[in-house]
Amino acid sequence: MIDVLTQAPDSPEVGRAGAPIALIKDDPRVASYTSLFERTVHAAEPEWLDTLRRDAIQRFTQLGFPTTKDEDWHFTSVAPITSHAFNTVYGPSVPSRSAITLEELRPFLFGEDWHTLVFVNGLFVPALSRSELVAGEYYVGSFSEALATIPSIVEQHLTGLAAHQTSAFTALNMAFLQDGAVIALRPNVIVDRPIHLLFVTDANANGALISPRSIILADHHSDVTVVESYVSMSSATYFTNAVTEVSLSPGSRVRHYKVQRESTAAYHVASSYAYQQNDSQYESFSFAIGADLSRTNISTVLDGPGAHATINGLYMVDGTQTVDHQTHIEHVKENCTSHEVYKGVLDDAAHAVFNGKVYVHPEAQKTDGKQSNNNLLLSDRAHVDTKPQLEIFADDVKCTHGATVGRLDETALFYLKSRGVSTELARRLLTYAFAAGVLEELTIDAIRTRLEHLTFQRFGVDA
Amino acid sequence: MIDIKGLRAGIGEREILKGIDLHVGAGEVHAVMGPNGSGKSTLAQVLAGNPAYEVLDGTVTYKGEDLLSLEPEVRAQKGIFLAFQYPIEIPGVTNAYFLRSAYNEIRKAKGEEEIDPLDFLDLIDEKIKLVNMDPAMLNRSVNTGFSGGEKKRNEILQMAVLQPTLSILDETDSGLDIDALRTVAEGVNKLRRPDNATIVVTHYQRLLNYIVPDYVHVLANGRIVRSGGKELALELEDKGYDWVLDAA
Repeated sequence: MIDVLTQAPDSPEVGRAGAPIALIKDDPRVASYTSLFERTVHAAEPEWLDTLRRDAIQRFTQLGFPTTKDEDWHFTSVAPITSHAFNTVYGPSVPSRSAITLEELRPFLFGEDWHTLVFVNGLFVPALSRSELVAGEYYVGSFSEALATIPSIVEQHLTGLAAHQTSAFTALNMAFLQDGAVIALRPNVIVDRPIHLLFVTDANANGALISPRSIILADHHSDVTVVESYVSMSSATYFTNAVTEVSLSPGSRVRHYKVQRESTAAYHVASSYAYQQNDSQYESFSFAIGADLSRTNISTVLDGPGAHATINGLYMVDGTQTVDHQTHIEHVKENCTSHEVYKGVLDDAAHAVFNGKVYVHPEAQKTDGKQSNNNLLLSDRAHVDTKPQLEIFADDVKCTHGATVGRLDETALFYLKSRGVSTELARRLLTYAFAAGVLEELTIDAIRTRLEHLTFQRFGVDA
Repeated sequence: MIDIKGLRAGIGEREILKGIDLHVGAGEVHAVMGPNGSGKSTLAQVLAGNPAYEVLDGTVTYKGEDLLSLEPEVRAQKGIFLAFQYPIEIPGVTNAYFLRSAYNEIRKAKGEEEIDPLDFLDLIDEKIKLVNMDPAMLNRSVNTGFSGGEKKRNEILQMAVLQPTLSILDETDSGLDIDALRTVAEGVNKLRRPDNATIVVTHYQRLLNYIVPDYVHVLANGRIVRSGGKELALELEDKGYDWVLDAA
């Protein structure tokens, strides 16, 4: 069906043959996953996939879990995740997954007419999903469906962009990959409605390792919007470890939004890897309000002149939540632009980490890069570790970066109170106002409106 | 309505108001004039309850109650309104939402039901004509990107919606061209009632051509140095502040 999708080369960081690393398989936390790997029975699948899994678990065993001695994990300990022995939910013991009704999902949907793929506890549920294939234009389907219908495309692109050799969590995702989505666009195709990948869990997810894998392939001058949602419908403790690969051919445009609202009993690690050719536009947004511990890695490589990336996000956490964002923007070629704004609101004893790297290669002259991270602390016990970083090896570039950590503006609080607004409502309004700024940049109305509403709700203000 | 006695206030170690006595009765308009740094704005801010200022001494009785012991929002709920010299921008909160929230908070404080959003639209539709404001401004963020004149109109719109009993206008004329000044003043005049009062804080006399005061007070160095009728404002315009400062 799809025959002319562009093959994206490996990300420059990703070498197939990694340097030998001391095996740390003696680590019981790692061993529990290798043991789980041996016990896990997959449905019949192609040999190449089995080989990828075996390579991945081996690489994971070599890498081991990151520690706070790793630069990229300096501020976040993975101990809360590794202290659990998670299990896979597939194989012969698939739990009942038809318990969730469409009606229950409705609050989490963005538009009734959207393409919506629903995954319950990591597994695709056709009865809850809605997508229309437009033959000859684009493909939207679950990973397992794609494996049956367009196996060569999947084989060609799976692991093409993700950092299996350097990221333990990405390797782990490959080893345990269950399901996910494949979206492939032919040249010049503009998908007329957004695609929603809704990953939902229920009580059956308790103790589960969920490993969604999605691939987005935008051929030249195509255009698509993809929203990944992660939602809990129970207070089960589970671990989502997701990976998404996004390939943007010349002149294509992908809006890629992620809405993470898992329960505070859940753990969430998600890594997305984008690769951009000339004149492509990648618009990424990470909205993170859930999970006990969440870590989102967003990376894009601008490897063709005229490419643009907008990498924005909003995190809002309270209680003892930890939210960690790590972004990596790599300017490889000249005349590319990247704009990044991350905002965060923290209450109680919450902890946020922002680590934003912009790397400009020697060849990437006339790069225009802007990066900022602004945080609002509502409590004395909340804390933020923010580290915007620029590494520039070209001499004719325009790059700025900055970070702020502040509190609510006393003058604005007084202004609202002088109009009769209670202290409580005034604080909520100003908090919303701080957060809403970055939402205004969202170019799809239905998403912006919904995220604004969720932001209101987060602080108890009903719009 | 309000009785200020021996009011002393300042910021940190610095005393700005050094003993103010002022009585404003229902239905009256008082102008407080004075040179820069005389303490005019401090007086306005202290009456509204800005926590940045510290009250050192004195009493303020408002409708028989100790005003200084009340939180700013409670003062507003009891009918005090300060039109800010520099209205604050609040990006992300629409004007309409802000106005309705404030209106409902005041109603709740009075034990009244919250207004239905549609009824509120009718109310605001009527008030917005009073200040000749573009209704599109209601859907914009509070004061964000507004011109100086638009911000001042917005203050008077809030005043019209909240219907205070004591309005304090702090340099409402500053930054306004003559047309905007006239519109704003007309708005204020239309809101005058026998049971409410207004304190107009201003450096220049020109606003008082449009909002005619019953009494004029000259503030200098934290004290009221002279009080009189509306003709005092004209005299100040004519002779400048030095004349009254010297006489004091």
